Amino acid sequence: MTEALLKVENLSIAFKSRHGELTAVDNISFEMAPGEILGVVGESGAGKSLTGSALTGLLEKPGFIKSGQILFENRRIDNLPYEQMRRLRGLKIGAIFQDPLTSLNPLYTVGFHLVETIMTHLPMNQAKAKDHAIRLLTEVGIPAPEKRFEQYPHQFSGGMRQRVVIALAICANPKLIIADEPTTALDVSVQAQILRLLKTMSKEHGAAIMLITHDMGVIAETADRVSVMYAGRIAEIGPVASVIKNPQHPYTQGLMAAIPIIGHQAERLAQIDGAMPRLNAIPTGCSFNPRCPKVFERCYHDRPDLMTAQDSLAACWLHDKTR
Amino acid sequence: MKRFFESDLFYSFRKSPVTILAFLVTILIIVTATFANIFAPHNPFDLASLDLMNGSMPPAWYPDGSKEFLLGTDNQGRDVLSAILYGTRISLLVGAASVLFSMVIGIFLGLLSGYLGGTVDNIIMRCAEVQLTFPAILVALLVDGIFRGILPRDAHDNLAIYVMVFSIGLSSWVQFARTVRSSTLVEKSKEYVQAARVIGRTPIFIMIRHILPNVMSPVLVIATINLGLAIITEATLSFLGVGLPPTEPSLGTLIRVGNEFLLSGEWWVSILPGVALAALVLSVNLLGDWLRDALNPKLR
Amino acid sequence: MFAFVLRRIGQSLFVMLVVAIIAFSMFRFVGDPVHNMVGQQTSMEDREKLREALGLNDPFYVQFYKFIKNAVKGDFGVSYRHGRPASEIIAERLPATLELSLVAVLFALCVGIPMGVYTGIKKDSILSKFFLTTSLIGVSMPVFLIGILMIWIFAVELHWLPPFGRGDVVELGKYWSTGFLTISGLKALILPAITLGLFQMTLIMRLVRSEMLEVLRTDYIKFARARGLKNSAIYFGHALKNTLLPVITITGLQIGTIIAFAIITETVFNWPGMGQLFIQAINNVDIPIMAAYLMLVSLIFVIINLIVDALYFWVDPRLKTGNVVARST
Repeated sequence: MTEALLKVENLSIAFKSRHGELTAVDNISFEMAPGEILGVVGESGAGKSLTGSALTGLLEKPGFIKSGQILFENRRIDNLPYEQMRRLRGLKIGAIFQDPLTSLNPLYTVGFHLVETIMTHLPMNQAKAKDHAIRLLTEVGIPAPEKRFEQYPHQFSGGMRQRVVIALAICANPKLIIADEPTTALDVSVQAQILRLLKTMSKEHGAAIMLITHDMGVIAETADRVSVMYAGRIAEIGPVASVIKNPQHPYTQGLMAAIPIIGHQAERLAQIDGAMPRLNAIPTGCSFNPRCPKVFERCYHDRPDLMTAQDSLAACWLHDKTR
Repeated sequence: MKRFFESDLFYSFRKSPVTILAFLVTILIIVTATFANIFAPHNPFDLASLDLMNGSMPPAWYPDGSKEFLLGTDNQGRDVLSAILYGTRISLLVGAASVLFSMVIGIFLGLLSGYLGGTVDNIIMRCAEVQLTFPAILVALLVDGIFRGILPRDAHDNLAIYVMVFSIGLSSWVQFARTVRSSTLVEKSKEYVQAARVIGRTPIFIMIRHILPNVMSPVLVIATINLGLAIITEATLSFLGVGLPPTEPSLGTLIRVGNEFLLSGEWWVSILPGVALAALVLSVNLLGDWLRDALNPKLR
Repeated sequence: MFAFVLRRIGQSLFVMLVVAIIAFSMFRFVGDPVHNMVGQQTSMEDREKLREALGLNDPFYVQFYKFIKNAVKGDFGVSYRHGRPASEIIAERLPATLELSLVAVLFALCVGIPMGVYTGIKKDSILSKFFLTTSLIGVSMPVFLIGILMIWIFAVELHWLPPFGRGDVVELGKYWSTGFLTISGLKALILPAITLGLFQMTLIMRLVRSEMLEVLRTDYIKFARARGLKNSAIYFGHALKNTLLPVITITGLQIGTIIAFAIITETVFNWPGMGQLFIQAINNVDIPIMAAYLMLVSLIFVIINLIVDALYFWVDPRLKTGNVVARST
């Protein structure tokens, strides 16, 4: 692996509440290489979106980074003052949110959004920014960009709006894009187009993408590597092909068994019994232990860290070599 | 009684010190005003007891003030504190009576509108809309003005209180009517009302026995909130000189009369009744806000 | 959109019609119009002649038609008290009221919006809490009491500003006298304008604040932050513009209220406007003045309502292209 673009080390995110602190993301570490697409998958509440927010410095109160650090281009960014972090956002780190319908201000034209973002980050005047904006619209596949430039968000379809949002995210050629459920709100037919576009953008601009989703299919189609999150921790992380074909963590194995495979006749789909624990009720030891089919004594006492398991890393005592 | 102290209502009351304070102030004002003849140190209407020698005395904390007149006197030697107590009594009376009046009109029209529907509903609601286009104070002024035209001049002062109650009541029925109407529409379609209809109850019986009790809680909230508004409206009309006459002074009248002496530095004659008015209205409003939040969060 | 505009205009016409009926009924049924016009000595015969001449014996709808015809021309008859046409007297008083209302609205907007934005952004700061508490007290105070307090503090005790009147005015042409062009005129405006605008200011402040809090939670604000926009662009470019729709509605509706509340302020400050005239008319049962004032004020209300609707279309591009969101009335 070349020099990492992003290093997350022992990151914990917690919420302050009336009943004390609740840890939502617990001591996670991972790296991203330049231009790489990392899928982050997990159930809602697993901590994937929070991780994304922490990377953009947009954790909302009462959430806060409790410990650990985030290094971007070898520079610590988790403790930057607001103003410096703001300059980084949009310039080096772009973001795409789930719902393109609500991501754009209904009272401004698409062109206004683009020009505003471009002029915030790049030394361009109005006219140059407009040219750049129209180039971007063309690039993300919006027909008749000159005309579309003048139009308001409500005049765009959902897929077209998400293209605009992507154009906004790549305005200043960021090195990293956090895409939080970018296709969830879209029609299935449009999803594939948007994913393809994201992939192309990543290649052409050399941007790394952190693709947050709960849809394993999206990951399989798009990502290079995948990180599976469960109850605030990374259960398994590794190359997409090996995680899908040869999952190492019992949770990932359960997830994969739950995906229907075309051409295979199955009586009924497998499912993982039970539900992910709530933040205030995470069991001691491995947080997956109440649902794990392969649970044994140690899982109830000690919490496993990531350890090598074939081509991936998995947080499971089954892979403990010293056993 | 025990049930009341354990209710949510009492709990939310106990949890809000501002509400408790507002409640105490309101009670204090209501009690002292209602029994003004006991609490007031002087009788401001007894012309024989007035002494011009005591005229224009400042409040007691000034060096030339007197303990006999705690809040000073006006140019006639009338005790400001006593005048305030008696004035508050009239303000409260007119305020409460006009809220009651608008409540009766509003409930009646709202029930009618919601229960009968059709043309009746249409006419009543269009009237309500037109009236809402105008501020309540303008409507009250207009009704008051029309009465002045209809009534003989000399009868006007004697009837002033009734005219006031009528004008203010007529200017604020819309909110009651709208609330009652929408609750009636909801209740009307419920099964127990349908059942009452099937067994041949008359519409009037159904409205009074079945629907009315169900709309009382929002009506109560609106009434409390409107009480503050009604007191302000009365005070404003009286201040403008088209409300209660000086022979029957409310707080508004006192402020208007005292206002003539403001420029000559005798501030207490007008400002102190003003403070009393502000305290009364603020406390009532705070109570109204609390009641609204506690009883019916949907009204917000 | 066309249907929407038509319906709005229809509603406005209906309001005007109802007001016209009220004004007409005042003429016809409050007191005897003939009695109001002639002296004690006039004989019954002459009275009957006048009655016939005035058309008071015509059927109701004929009289009402005449009334409307005259009203459209601005003819409301002769003031019982002043002996001159009511519309002429009102026209003389109009500039004073409009100037006062204009300054009051400007004050309410220019102070209310920034305070609302501030309390919306810094919702936990001590200053915000102070603003909110004082505004609560301000809302509970009757307008005339605020005016009296202002006079007492700034005119009587501190001698900074005049306690009443309009100061020196300059005649602009035949119909307009303005207080904007002299120092004393401007000074005289300050206290009444603040008194009149204070209530609307607190209203606007609270409105902007709650709208700001609402808007700052939306996705497009989060996305604007993610795009790295400056805070000033987020707050004033994106958030504020989205709070403007309700502010426009309320301000528009409040202009009507302001003109009505000018009655009170004008009485407190002895301001020679048409509100003060209206109060005098009520005291003297001067029906022509009352009717003319009522019709004029209704007309202003109705026109402002229509302007508010037009502004809606201007601010919100979604309305221009068809999907009209019905505004609750």
